[in-house]
Amino acid sequence: MQPNYSSNRILLPVRSWFIFATLLLALLLNMIPVGRVPGIPDWVAVVLAFWCIHQTLRVGMGAAFLLGLVMDVADGSVLGQHALAYVVLAFIAGGLSRRILWFPLMQQALHVLPMLLGTQLIMLVVRMSVGGEFPGVLWFLSSFVAAAIWHPLTYLLLLPQFRPVERDDNRPI
Amino acid sequence: MSAVGHAPPPFFKRGPAPLAKLLFFVALSIAALVADLRFHTLEWLRMAASTAAYPLQRAAYAPVEGAGGLGKYFSSLATLHKENDTLREKQLQVANLLLRQHHLEDENLRLRALLDMRAHQLVSGIIADIQFAARDPFSRRVIINKGTQEGISSGQAVVDEIGVIGQVTRVYPLMSEVTLLTDKSQAIPVEVQRNGLRAILAGAGSNGMELRFLASNAEVQVGDVLVTSGLDGIYLRGLPVAKVTAIERDNAFMFARIRCTPLAGVERHGQVLVLGRPPEAIKPPEDTAEQTDAPAKSKKNKPENKAAR
Repeated sequence: MQPNYSSNRILLPVRSWFIFATLLLALLLNMIPVGRVPGIPDWVAVVLAFWCIHQTLRVGMGAAFLLGLVMDVADGSVLGQHALAYVVLAFIAGGLSRRILWFPLMQQALHVLPMLLGTQLIMLVVRMSVGGEFPGVLWFLSSFVAAAIWHPLTYLLLLPQFRPVERDDNRPI
Repeated sequence: MSAVGHAPPPFFKRGPAPLAKLLFFVALSIAALVADLRFHTLEWLRMAASTAAYPLQRAAYAPVEGAGGLGKYFSSLATLHKENDTLREKQLQVANLLLRQHHLEDENLRLRALLDMRAHQLVSGIIADIQFAARDPFSRRVIINKGTQEGISSGQAVVDEIGVIGQVTRVYPLMSEVTLLTDKSQAIPVEVQRNGLRAILAGAGSNGMELRFLASNAEVQVGDVLVTSGLDGIYLRGLPVAKVTAIERDNAFMFARIRCTPLAGVERHGQVLVLGRPPEAIKPPEDTAEQTDAPAKSKKNKPENKAAR
């Protein structure tokens, strides 16, 4: 197996406040009114998927549901639209986490992409079925952008858990 | 299964199985969807969450506002001078009309008194700023910076200096949400200014608007201006709304396809006027002939009908 961060580095345990802070920051980023500019990733979905994959026992469907409700209110969309999509995302991310973490980061991104696309598809189905407007194919671009930034995002979110590389040949592990 | 007939106690308690959790939360989400779409019972939750999230929203809006302010700061003196000149010129042009309007209003009042008709109620307006477009990509809405604190209520019409841009659909304490005319669930009763033909104008998303349910031989021409007919009791009569841009008449279909573009700056940002509801229209008389007309169906029923379909 080729060396990646998960095989040659032992991570420190994650802190709960850091998870909370990153999710809050993602909410803040999602609330920036950008209008109809395509390709802005759904930050909450990406960060949620990240924590569901890396911390399956701490972040799960309950958190996803609450974040979804907050996003519904912030977006002014139908209550339950984001909640439904995020809950399904959290379920799939949590279920596949052991498999996904085995892969190097680029291939992890390939796993995350269909999850995010599915999230958007659920929202599309919900809104189109109640008479919404089709937002255009470019709307799906945001998932691709999110998958593209999965590599740097992983390093960013795992930064507090890295510890300095020690050159100690006698260390037991 | 152990030999004695019951499972051994688990070492790590992890709560219910993921699939059970998924089903629970999906059911909860769908219940929320139905409650919100069909019964509109979750507005209190939305109100509470929105008020709690208001500081966060302001913080997120700050960089956008800052960028706008920076752009304004660097806009040169010359542009401002030019704008000032055009505004002054415009004011002079309008002054002529305004001066005559007072006279005409007085005359109208007298004549109406003579004929024993009810006087037209003057309608007040609240000036508001459009802050940003709502992020929801499935609808066309904007957020304005006045809410229930300033006396705005759901259902009021919103106009800019050229014509109607939409209707207040949701009110929060410090801001409110305006659904634009181009939103797919928005409909407005109009009449053709040239000949008084009444119809319903419905939003069509990025395509502008569509004049619905007019027979394929209806007397509409490209370039006709549509104004509100005032039959719904929400919009005042005679506000300019849209211009007809294309007509497809095909005898195979019962109705003509009539495309319109809004006159007002519907997708632009700026200042708008939230009109108070015309008081006489709150309780429409039941027995007039106009009220039985098809477009007289209250516009407020419209989105619900759509949701029901």
